[in-house]
Amino acid sequence: MSGGDARPPSKPPAIGPEQVAHVARLARLELSDDELTRFTGQLAAALAYAAEIGELEVGDLEPMAHPLPLQNVLRDDEPEPTLDRDTVLAEAPAAEDHRFRVPRILGDEP
Amino acid sequence: MTDTGLAQGWEMVIGLEVHCELATRTKLFCGCPNAFGDEPNTNVCPVCLGLPGSLPVLNRHAVELAMRIGTALHCEIRPSTFHRKNYFYPDMPKDFQISQYDAPINTGGRLELPDGSTVGIERAHLEEDTGKTTHIGGTGRIGGADYALVDYNRAGVPLVEIVSAPDVRSAAQARAYAGELRSILIATGASDGRMEEGSMRVDANVSVRRHGEPLGTRCEIKNLNSMRSLLRAITFEADRQVAQLESGERIVQETRHWDEGEGRTLSMRSKEEANDYRYFPEPDLVALVPDSRWQADVAASLGPLPAARRAILVGLLGGEPSPAQIDQIRSVVASDLDAIVTSACELGAPPALALARTANEVAANADRAASLDAGSFAKLLALESGGELSATQAKEVLAGLLANGGDPAEIAKTLGFESMRADDLAAVVAGVIDAHPGEWEKFADGDPKVAGFLTGQVMKASGGKANGKAVAAELARLRSGAGT
Ligand SMILES: [Zn+2]
Repeated sequence: MSGGDARPPSKPPAIGPEQVAHVARLARLELSDDELTRFTGQLAAALAYAAEIGELEVGDLEPMAHPLPLQNVLRDDEPEPTLDRDTVLAEAPAAEDHRFRVPRILGDEP
Repeated sequence: MTDTGLAQGWEMVIGLEVHCELATRTKLFCGCPNAFGDEPNTNVCPVCLGLPGSLPVLNRHAVELAMRIGTALHCEIRPSTFHRKNYFYPDMPKDFQISQYDAPINTGGRLELPDGSTVGIERAHLEEDTGKTTHIGGTGRIGGADYALVDYNRAGVPLVEIVSAPDVRSAAQARAYAGELRSILIATGASDGRMEEGSMRVDANVSVRRHGEPLGTRCEIKNLNSMRSLLRAITFEADRQVAQLESGERIVQETRHWDEGEGRTLSMRSKEEANDYRYFPEPDLVALVPDSRWQADVAASLGPLPAARRAILVGLLGGEPSPAQIDQIRSVVASDLDAIVTSACELGAPPALALARTANEVAANADRAASLDAGSFAKLLALESGGELSATQAKEVLAGLLANGGDPAEIAKTLGFESMRADDLAAVVAGVIDAHPGEWEKFADGDPKVAGFLTGQVMKASGGKANGKAVAAELARLRSGAGT
């Protein structure tokens, strides 16, 4: 994993159908051509709206990590009850050998 | 570290990423037990299963262990935040992993190796572990399996990922780094450091270059489950890259999997596009800001680190330790057994013997080491160094001591190890001299080569009860008598 600058850009990133298709692929969404066109327009509008905040003159204010004025919300290292395994696995589409059964995995382990 | 084993004119550049599971009782963001080897999917709850409406809350002890690691590695401990690393893979039910991205808790440290070299630490950040996926059917390889089974007991277990600077220049130095880091993780109480159980996992970024040239293209090697794998994989990978470059080909940046059985690294490349994790701030967690007082408390809670503990053992020995003793000191401290040596020495045990018995016999039975009483151990060492027990006998008594405890003298008696009385020994030695007059003459003339032969004959005649030192002393006494 590498570090990087997570500050939001102040200009709205130009978003086209290629980026929308890329993001859809990462999220394993299958979009029709119509949907791709429609969502590209909608996402561009949403990004443009969010970018208006970037126009604000905020001087030297540091970016906030979180909107709530809180930090160091912590719990003690004490075990708590877990869920019943049969109940949990009964909610899964498929289970085998007390484990979740998932389709064959394509691609790399992250 | 100049001998890299690499072809003439080439140099390795290695950076290491070590994932360490923290020794907490519970997971990073929920109260599920953090336990290795439990029945699958028994340590799960709405948070670590990513069920809708559940919220993560950070484990204070995990933060403290991360701070201990940072302190031990001379890092700066900083205000930090958590991000979501998004990816589509069933080892995380949420489809993202909570990790630290641009604001990790520890940055910019260093690790000093026993040989005096230093490796920079870029960062040591907190993140959650993933579940365990088992691929079933087909070739057993990830892409060729029929389906997979997932156990989420490990999902959410706290990890610290320690990223080194690309300062390592040989496979041996990489192993020394991993070994020293492991000692520090154990010494700080941050982790049990068990590579075979996955508590400590190492990935290596390896590239090669001709001396003085800029950095080459690197490959990341995964699946290094032991120190031996680490050494072999880096050696193989660097040789592979040199051969490729010397034949005019170029190196493709990729992830490669170490195959221990085949003894080589294999490309994990697939047709899939490059990873794009779309990191964004985790909205369910607020910033983590360890103030100076908390940092000072953590620093104060740290005991002496391995380097300082090795120095204490060197001091006990007094004088320059032999290469064998340097190895013993390293292994005793790495296995957290040095307190046994120091307490036995405080009770008067001879340091060299205490160190040797701890590094060998006690370490071989490390599971029982905690129950070894320092007083009994010191008494045993006194019996051995005083010549009342031979080395072989002392090892057997020590095995009994480790297994059941008790009084070493009593155990020796039960095992029939009555120490040989001086006049009994003198009689046996005299008998051996009578039986081997030629050898005795040579010995008396100062030929040291026959000393071993005569000692061996005495041991044999005494049925193993004689103590080697006492035999040598008796032979020397008789020789000086013979000379006058
Ligand atoms: Zn949980």
